[in-house]
Amino acid sequence: MTTTHAEPRPAATATQTEPAVRIRGLVKRYGGRAVVDDLDLDVSRGEVFALLGPNGAGKTTTIEILEGVRRRDGGEVRVLGVDPASGGRDWRARIGVVSQGEGAAQALTVHETLDHFAGYHARPRPTAELIAAVGLEEKAGTRVGRLSGGQRRRLEVALGVQGRPELVFLDEPTTGMDPVARRQFWELIRALRADGTTVLLTTHYLDEAAELADRVGVVAEGRLVEVAPPDELGAELRRAATVRWIEDGVTRQVRTEAPGAVLRDLLAARVSGDLPGLSVTRPSLEDVYLSLVGTPSTAPAAPEGDLR
Amino acid sequence: MTAVLPATTPRPAPPSAARIALRRVRLELRLFFRERQQVVFSFAYPVIMLVIFAAVLGGDERPGDVPFTHYFLAGIAATGIMLTSFQAIGTAIAAERENGQLERLQLLGTPPAAYFAGKAGQVLVTTAAQLALLLPLAHFAYDVPMPADLAHWLTFGWVAVLGALAGTVLGVAVSALRGSAASITTGISAFAIVLQFFSGVFFGFLELPGWMQQVAAIFPLKWLTQGMRSAFLPDEAAAFEIAGSWEHGRTALVLAAWVIIGAVVCVRTFRWRRADG
Repeated sequence: MTTTHAEPRPAATATQTEPAVRIRGLVKRYGGRAVVDDLDLDVSRGEVFALLGPNGAGKTTTIEILEGVRRRDGGEVRVLGVDPASGGRDWRARIGVVSQGEGAAQALTVHETLDHFAGYHARPRPTAELIAAVGLEEKAGTRVGRLSGGQRRRLEVALGVQGRPELVFLDEPTTGMDPVARRQFWELIRALRADGTTVLLTTHYLDEAAELADRVGVVAEGRLVEVAPPDELGAELRRAATVRWIEDGVTRQVRTEAPGAVLRDLLAARVSGDLPGLSVTRPSLEDVYLSLVGTPSTAPAAPEGDLR
Repeated sequence: MTAVLPATTPRPAPPSAARIALRRVRLELRLFFRERQQVVFSFAYPVIMLVIFAAVLGGDERPGDVPFTHYFLAGIAATGIMLTSFQAIGTAIAAERENGQLERLQLLGTPPAAYFAGKAGQVLVTTAAQLALLLPLAHFAYDVPMPADLAHWLTFGWVAVLGALAGTVLGVAVSALRGSAASITTGISAFAIVLQFFSGVFFGFLELPGWMQQVAAIFPLKWLTQGMRSAFLPDEAAAFEIAGSWEHGRTALVLAAWVIIGAVVCVRTFRWRRADG
């Protein structure tokens, strides 16, 4: 008889084994309308998790509740084992935030800004290293007020990771960045991940979520409609393939879950075995996403709440 | 980015509030002197007004044979203190809240005390610098006598400090008013201008209509101005004050009361962000 002895894990305390973010039944209402509606979510330590969803789906509200800057109306939330509503300075020191706001004074240069905020952290990343990581070397001496929108986002990203946080929240971090800056940002996130940092980001960009995230959560109308690794997202939706070919000058198409059988039948019926314009496609990530959140034509019109 | 310490390494405590406060003071001063508008409107304003009014009304006299410039220096010094404290702080905080700078501080876990200390340090330095510019100008260019002796300098000192303190806490308090930063700035500027007329900065306080005097007596600027007169004008001029004396006790009481009221309002209303939804 063999017994498996569990190796004692001295460092595995409760705080280290529990997820970085744990949300149960989160509710937030504005004027009676629930913008976050009974949302559950776990983000493991060291994971990169992307919240994907259309504007107004409740992504920013959720993130702000996790950051402890917005009150919730119901549910249970733990961020690094602490309720954000009562998180103190030591807790804040462990999280980094890149919000949608721009929290740097216009009259300071990039370098001055980072140097100033370095003094708020116990062990800040060196300013030069941060500037290089977000690709602002040429703008280090430029005042924040003269930066482009994308450059300001990059500065915000640098400020968000300056204190070597265990967990980083990024709310639409790449909005306004050009493609080169976005790729540079992706590299930065990968480097953070390699260091063991947990990352929770929101984004509109599917390619960004697919590129960066270990798991993607799709939010629609305040609820998580699906959580999965990017390439497994909407597995059922993706099973259906579309077979297209041209017959007598007309494009024909068949939606099927068994494209192989369809192809065999098609080809068997052809003497020449040739089928012009033949293609088999599966829904792209974008198609899956659109059906998950409900395309504009099928989505119920969002009530305008208390606006008249 | 190069590899860093693993995230599980025990984390040292964040820097103390005092250290952040020092950084904030340096930052606030740097920002203040980089904002041209602020430098002109709250810092250079008293100096410019002294030059203008001395050029126009320099030959006039105020009750008690006091030359206009002597009377005016007290008023404009008091105004200067109000501007570098109340106006500068109120408008700056409203703007910083609106453009997300306070949000950043909140997310960093900045102790509010460190933030306020930065503002207080800014007020201290800019007020001192402004007076250090204004007083010699008045003395050497317009022959205005400085406080006669140590006792008068001490009066000048406590009046200035209490006034700046009241202005700072009231500035923080009004920054919490609802509305955009632009509307708060306009409101504060308009209020400050009207208050200057009511408080006897431009005209002799005795020449003002009674209702104006009574309104002014509610606010700190009138007492700040009167306290400054007691430091700069000869003792005989006290006969031309409303009470026939400098009313030092009441001045200290009113200013201290505003400091306390302002501090209580600050603690109860200060927010890092605009109203939560």
